[in-house]
Amino acid sequence: MAILRLEEVSKKFGALTVAEQICFAVGEGEALGIIGPNGAGKSTLFNLINGNIAPDSGTIHFCGADVTRVPPMARCLSGMGRTFQIPQPFERLTVFENLLVAGAFGTRRQESEVSDRCAEILVDTGLIDKANVLAGGLTLLQRKRLELARALATEPKLLLLDEIAGGLTEGECRSLVATIRAIHAKGVAVIWIEHVLHALNSVVERLLVLHFGKVIGIGKPDEIMASREVREIYLGIEI
Amino acid sequence: MNWLDTIVQGVLLGGLYALFAAGLSLVFGIMRLVNLAHGDLIVLAAFVILALVTTLGVSPFVGALMAAPLMFAAGWALQYFLLNRTLGKDILPPLLVTFGLSIVIQNGLLEGFSADSRRVSAGSLESASIALGPVNAGIMPLMTFLSAVAVIVCLNQLIYRTAVGRAFRATSDDPVTAGLMGIRPQRIFALATGLAMVVVTIAALYLGTRANFEPTSGPARLIYAFEAIIIGGLGSLWGTLAGGVILGIAQTVGAAINPEWQILTGHLAFLLVLLFKPRGLFPRAVD
Repeated sequence: MAILRLEEVSKKFGALTVAEQICFAVGEGEALGIIGPNGAGKSTLFNLINGNIAPDSGTIHFCGADVTRVPPMARCLSGMGRTFQIPQPFERLTVFENLLVAGAFGTRRQESEVSDRCAEILVDTGLIDKANVLAGGLTLLQRKRLELARALATEPKLLLLDEIAGGLTEGECRSLVATIRAIHAKGVAVIWIEHVLHALNSVVERLLVLHFGKVIGIGKPDEIMASREVREIYLGIEI
Repeated sequence: MNWLDTIVQGVLLGGLYALFAAGLSLVFGIMRLVNLAHGDLIVLAAFVILALVTTLGVSPFVGALMAAPLMFAAGWALQYFLLNRTLGKDILPPLLVTFGLSIVIQNGLLEGFSADSRRVSAGSLESASIALGPVNAGIMPLMTFLSAVAVIVCLNQLIYRTAVGRAFRATSDDPVTAGLMGIRPQRIFALATGLAMVVVTIAALYLGTRANFEPTSGPARLIYAFEAIIIGGLGSLWGTLAGGVILGIAQTVGAAINPEWQILTGHLAFLLVLLFKPRGLFPRAVD
């Protein structure tokens, strides 16, 4: 069964079409990668999926329910977690408090019920040493890890990762990918936008290529990467 | 002139100013909303207490206890249905709307209660005092100061020790991201203004029992509240108490030199702080 299904989702900003008749589905526990040139509408697609912006037409189903007009906080409660390309921690809260807020409000439970799980997530994401540090003082890698940890605290069934590996060193990237693989292995569905292809391809089962707001290919990573159209558009290779 | 006595009275008066300021500070801290009707809301609460005391014959303290939930509900609704719509990147709409609200409240009170100067009677407590070493302190001023300390302790506990407090801080940091974590910023803002109105009710209790008030008393209370916050430094409630105390001492010292100087010396102290420490005496690291 599909956890997320988009049907003919379109969105325009004035004359600029950022999403055109987008149709695809993600199965429960599946990992889908999204690639495309800058300005292809990848982050906009995430904003449509998690409800930050409303589509002009089309429908979005999540966990069997139509969520097209449902506000972001309700989508979070029904199991959709998201990280931002530019990490947005609550800077004046400690790392642990960042998770506690997400854990308590994202699942509508008491802080005392979620605090143990929040601590586990900090261990899993390698942030436990920084638990009582104000989030404003973290480095880029730590901020990206916090972004991931905070999304996990809301207990998502589907995790939207927006260029989480961008700007990291090779070593940092490898350890982050290992963390994401571990999360995926626990049955969390993942949609991951990324330019770092080798990182992406080591996790996802399918790739979706976006170009000027249109889906121009979806399928197994090696098939997609072998396709002539994708190579021309995305990699800029003349064949 | 007894200097010690003057300073003690100033400190206690500072408690009242800190109470005026605490609600304003809470609302500004969480949603960056400058509520220009804050002083008028204090006066409104004082009239609500007055009405309860005169119609039901209860003591002002019971009156305030009854007024608090009413004011909480009024604050919640005011924020949820009106002020939330004014929040955004532009800081002008909330200023204009709360300025308009200030005029509406003043004129509404004039219609309902006339322009007469009023006072809530606290009975024998008004003149009661106890000896604190060499000086005598009035029971009411002492209670005002202790209430201010209690309010600040409670607010700090709430903000730094509870789930709601963390939601306050998270929303203050970034309302959009807070929404993605399942927090409803609109409700958090409404809750904050409701709480601020409970603090306003406590401030109104002491305003109404210690001094005369009339429908147009609000703006001056707003100015004292602002001055206390700015002197103390934005973002710190204890700083606000210190700011109130400095303002109170400046006023009582001025009044001791010449009764006409009370208000003037308070404002002068504020101007001096602005001149030499524009970020206030106890500013938070960055804001």
